[in-house]
Amino acid sequence: MMFAQDPLYAGDWLGDALITGLKVLVAFAFLLVAVMLNIWFLRKVISDFQNRIGPNTAGRWGILQSLADGIKLFFKEDLIPDNSDRFAFKLAPYLSLVPAFLVFAIIPIGGDFNGDNGDGVVSIFGHDTLLQVADPPVGVLWFLAMSSLAIYGVMLAGWSSGSKYPLIGSVRASAQMVSYEAALGLALASVLLVSGTLSTHAMVIDQSGEGPAFFGNENILPAWYLLPVGIVPFVVFIIAGTAELNHPPFDLVEAEQEIVGGFHTEYSSIRFALFFLAEFMNQITMGALLVTLFLGGPNGPAFFFPEGWWIGVFWFFVKLMGFLFLLVWVRATLPRFRYDQLMDFGWKLLIPLSLGWFILLAFIQIGRDEDWSTAQFVGLGVGLAAAFVALAGMLTLAIRNARNERIEEMEDAHG
Amino acid sequence: MAEFITFFFGAAIILAGAIGVVAARNAVHSALFLIQTLLGVAVIFVVQEAHFLAAVQIVVYAGAIVILFLFVIMLLGVDKAEDLGVEPIAGQKPLAVVLGASLLATAITFVLVATDGATGVGSADPERQLDSGITDIERIGRVLFTEYAVAFQLTAALLTIGVIGAVVLTRSLPTADQLDDLEPASMDLPSLAPEGANDEHHVDAVDEDAS
Repeated sequence: MMFAQDPLYAGDWLGDALITGLKVLVAFAFLLVAVMLNIWFLRKVISDFQNRIGPNTAGRWGILQSLADGIKLFFKEDLIPDNSDRFAFKLAPYLSLVPAFLVFAIIPIGGDFNGDNGDGVVSIFGHDTLLQVADPPVGVLWFLAMSSLAIYGVMLAGWSSGSKYPLIGSVRASAQMVSYEAALGLALASVLLVSGTLSTHAMVIDQSGEGPAFFGNENILPAWYLLPVGIVPFVVFIIAGTAELNHPPFDLVEAEQEIVGGFHTEYSSIRFALFFLAEFMNQITMGALLVTLFLGGPNGPAFFFPEGWWIGVFWFFVKLMGFLFLLVWVRATLPRFRYDQLMDFGWKLLIPLSLGWFILLAFIQIGRDEDWSTAQFVGLGVGLAAAFVALAGMLTLAIRNARNERIEEMEDAHG
Repeated sequence: MAEFITFFFGAAIILAGAIGVVAARNAVHSALFLIQTLLGVAVIFVVQEAHFLAAVQIVVYAGAIVILFLFVIMLLGVDKAEDLGVEPIAGQKPLAVVLGASLLATAITFVLVATDGATGVGSADPERQLDSGITDIERIGRVLFTEYAVAFQLTAALLTIGVIGAVVLTRSLPTADQLDDLEPASMDLPSLAPEGANDEHHVDAVDEDAS
């Protein structure tokens, strides 16, 4: 039986079902509160950037502002356009929200990975369990699956509204999300090459403990994947992730000056609130995934090793806050891309860059498996690079030649 | 027991989706029901411990192929309800019934012949069963990169050729007039400096005024 194979579920069936239910509830409540605070954080930081005060009325430092806005949205009139496809119009917000929540199920948010047992298992009411809702064998593929399902919400919202600006917005959104998913997937593949596993839990265990020696001292560098994988997939992941979130500077989906509000132009009240919730929830899950894949998840820096599951939760949130601040920083700083720039950037820069880095990592990995000496590494590397440059040169030459010939042909034909 | 219950719900989701695909009058709704069916199949895959297939089912079929269906439906504007009374090809409907019935009969016969009865219990060759120590992902990876490496690479080449072929076929070559517009000189941005600002004569005149 499939459910009994997980050792954490062996034994008391009802108790484990209750623990799982509790974890789902806690994760859901956590995400809702985190979204509330994330919106408040965004508004406060942006107002600091713009030298103004920001929300300061509802609660201390305006911390309850998002709650007030949420309640207001719930009680507003719910409009459904006459021209809309009612079934899809009502379905679309949920198709956005549900994947946003489900991705978070695979994120390990805490646990002790440096203690005596070191496998992140915690005990709740006498039951051993992990501080993540689920640890499926497909791990990060679950994230890819859910983010590809999230496109449906945006796409259907635009189409079902029955007017042109939402349709343009949703076509833009789906093209953008499909394009940047490729770069995101390639950056992810680089991590998988190093980790050798898809499971997020196994990745976090692998990233615990002492890192590579630095000036003979193993306590300075952490064992995070950022070091063996390199900076390129990390940066590509952040950029492609930002584009996947439709976050500025990639917010062409809802470019106010061009297409009113994009795919959610016709939405109001609670349905709009659901889209808004999904957008900010996605920011949090994208940050959490970045932390898990590159920054060791709940593992702190190697020189700081207190025991206990709570310290993992603490480090996880510190790193997550770093990513969320980065997002706000980018939002406050960069102007929006033009659409052709967006596509050029994704297809002509990010995808070749991450693919090239992936091949480089694979080369190094093979060298390690085969125990190459440094001389072999350098020799093969230089040889392959020379072959690559020669091939690229020939290809460029061929393309230029063909182009010139075509132009001459045209000029002959048309005078 | 848990497997049976999950299978029951999964099968109900699949069948409801499949009926929906056929019964929905709007092409977009049909596509949505198709997603439901695909997700149901993914659930069944998970119950069979084919986790990788379940993920691929969602990523590739639900995430990419149906998205393309929807693109085509929405952009070509065939998203209005069709009149089912009109038959584009004469005799299409009776032929479809015959073909569907024979397909169903074939499937049922195949299931009954290939397994010990309708349940399929005991049909698996014990030598080909998964060992518990290795996940299905590792197993697929090994088979794909050893036994079927050539087939795998040929498929990759086929897909690449398909993509390039589609681009070549759909790209319209520019006409001579358009080529003139594409001349590099005309792509230059107009100079922002006012006319004559770079004229030495002009600069001299300003200098004289200043002195």
